[in-house]
Amino acid sequence: MLQVQGVHTFYGQIEALKGVDVTVNEGEIVTLIGSNGAGKTTLLMTVCGSPRAAKGKIIFEGEDITRLPTHELVTRGIAQSPEGRRVFPRMTIYENLQMGALRSDPRYFNDDLEMSFAMFPRLKERKDQRAGTLSGGEQQMLAIARALMARPRLLLLDEPSLGLAPLVVRGIFDAIKTINREKKMTVFLVEQNAFHALKLAHRGYVMVNGKITLAGSGAELLANPEIRAAYLEGGH
Amino acid sequence: MADMKNAVAAPGQGGFDVGAALKESGKAAFVAGLLGLPLLALKADNFGSKLGLVYRWDALFIAIAAVFVGRFLMILLSGRQKKSEGGVFAAFGKGIHNNMALIGLAGLAIGVLLPVVYPDRYVIYIATTFMIYVMLGWGLNIVVGLAGLLDLGYVAFYAVGAYSYAMIATQFGWSFWVVLPLAGVFAAFFGVILGFPVLRLRGDYLAIVTLGFGEIIRVILINWTDFTGGPNGISGIPPITFFGLPFKNGDHGTFASFFGIDHSPVQRIIFLYFVILVLATLTNLFTQRMRKLPVGRAWEALREDEIACRSLGINPTNIKLSAFALGAMFGGFAGSFFSVRAGFVSPESFTFIESAVILAIVVLGGMGSQLGVVIAAFFVVILPEVFREFEEYRMLLFGLAMMVIMVWRPNGLLSFREPTIRLHPKKESA
Repeated sequence: MLQVQGVHTFYGQIEALKGVDVTVNEGEIVTLIGSNGAGKTTLLMTVCGSPRAAKGKIIFEGEDITRLPTHELVTRGIAQSPEGRRVFPRMTIYENLQMGALRSDPRYFNDDLEMSFAMFPRLKERKDQRAGTLSGGEQQMLAIARALMARPRLLLLDEPSLGLAPLVVRGIFDAIKTINREKKMTVFLVEQNAFHALKLAHRGYVMVNGKITLAGSGAELLANPEIRAAYLEGGH
Repeated sequence: MADMKNAVAAPGQGGFDVGAALKESGKAAFVAGLLGLPLLALKADNFGSKLGLVYRWDALFIAIAAVFVGRFLMILLSGRQKKSEGGVFAAFGKGIHNNMALIGLAGLAIGVLLPVVYPDRYVIYIATTFMIYVMLGWGLNIVVGLAGLLDLGYVAFYAVGAYSYAMIATQFGWSFWVVLPLAGVFAAFFGVILGFPVLRLRGDYLAIVTLGFGEIIRVILINWTDFTGGPNGISGIPPITFFGLPFKNGDHGTFASFFGIDHSPVQRIIFLYFVILVLATLTNLFTQRMRKLPVGRAWEALREDEIACRSLGINPTNIKLSAFALGAMFGGFAGSFFSVRAGFVSPESFTFIESAVILAIVVLGGMGSQLGVVIAAFFVVILPEVFREFEEYRMLLFGLAMMVIMVWRPNGLLSFREPTIRLHPKKESA
């Protein structure tokens, strides 16, 4: 469904991605783990077109989307929940969800809204509340729900566990699993929380210094002694 | 005056302790007395050729009493503020927000009835000026309040609108009603011209470029003498007509003869007032409607978070340009009204201070609040008029009033953002 082929990305002179290949197949949850500054978010942003890949190709459903502006991805079927949640703080939850549905067919709006509320009942309770007054976990739920309102076929999630309590993280990850299983949605998940991400994902990639160093199924990577030493031991 | 002294006095403890409150008020009154003695009680005046002192103990006494009562009320109010979350001002604000439609209608009714109740030249003149600023405030509110693009050169569009009518009417003799939409289109066009270079800019940088743009327009108006009349401006602009019927003395084809009434110069002034009232109301209704449409919601989303907007499929370029264009369009309408009313335009009317005043109206009112703009325009336009008898003090008082507002309501008078939609309209949850 999504193929990243030999992508190089630069921030000025600094090469942040040094030839990255990643494939996401339809119906999968694929995770990309790595430490701070490895280039995980850069890869996700490059898929979204800002910054643009200097070399390499990004192909979505057979079409080259490397040069597409960010705002056109939604109409192609890719929705993104950006790093740091980025909900619209002064708008209500309901309005935030409306913004998510801006590019999708209005006929589905009510059904989609009900589905989001069924998945995250907390949002329903607070639908007229301003998003800025929500807790971190609720904002993350809202960010995911907002991305889903666009009816994507591929959902890109950037560190949904960022700054959340372990119990809340579990709730969010359960929701991602449900989205994948029940809505048959393909998910590409960038995470620092390697343990949870690998347990959830069908396949995983490990990124170090802008390069993919390891790839495999979630269970394989979880059992890999190198991964255990670098990302799991002592942490969780 | 009371405001001024309150601002000078030391901050109080709050609470309901009447004794302490009286003591605090006494202190404030003492300070007021000290300050007032040289400022108010003693006045140097001319006695023929000599300079002498005039004693105004009554003024001093009034000031001290006002400070005492004012300070006492302030303590009382701030005491209550601690009890109810957000305080009386927030509660007041919430009351306003629950009855927004009612307040809007009441305001409109007052606006319509004003010339009937008060057909006074001066009152209508001030009310017209007030409505121009309200309209400009609502227009700029689209750019600054909703889309969050800080525009310090809004007066440029006002100028474009004003010169559009002035030049077309004097050169081709076209009627105001024909030129009005054209002026809006021209101004919107200039809005897009400004919009393109500033698409990538944000915050302070955007403000500087828009400031420069406002000045460029003004400097062009001054220096392109052949085209714009230069610093002399354009005079002899045809006055407004009642959809073709002029307001002047005559037995045939005038407003007065058509309706079979006597001619009076006030008729034209009242008609002008109604024109700006309608234009401003249209601006407001248009903005209210836009907020509920995808474009308007995208403006607000853009103000909140541009990156999130992109990831949701909103093209920031179109959204920003539409905000600049529509904001400018209303500035252009107001501008052409300005020139038809004044009958004369010159670059002096479109200096930076005008932009600053309009921006102050939007910021004081609370970014994005339509009612806030009206209240702030009242402060900014009417207060200096009311203070006219204070002569040289009036700008001082005006400045103080602005400071007091910003201290009390740092986010503007009505900073609460009204959601565009509620699922349960009556249940307050925020």
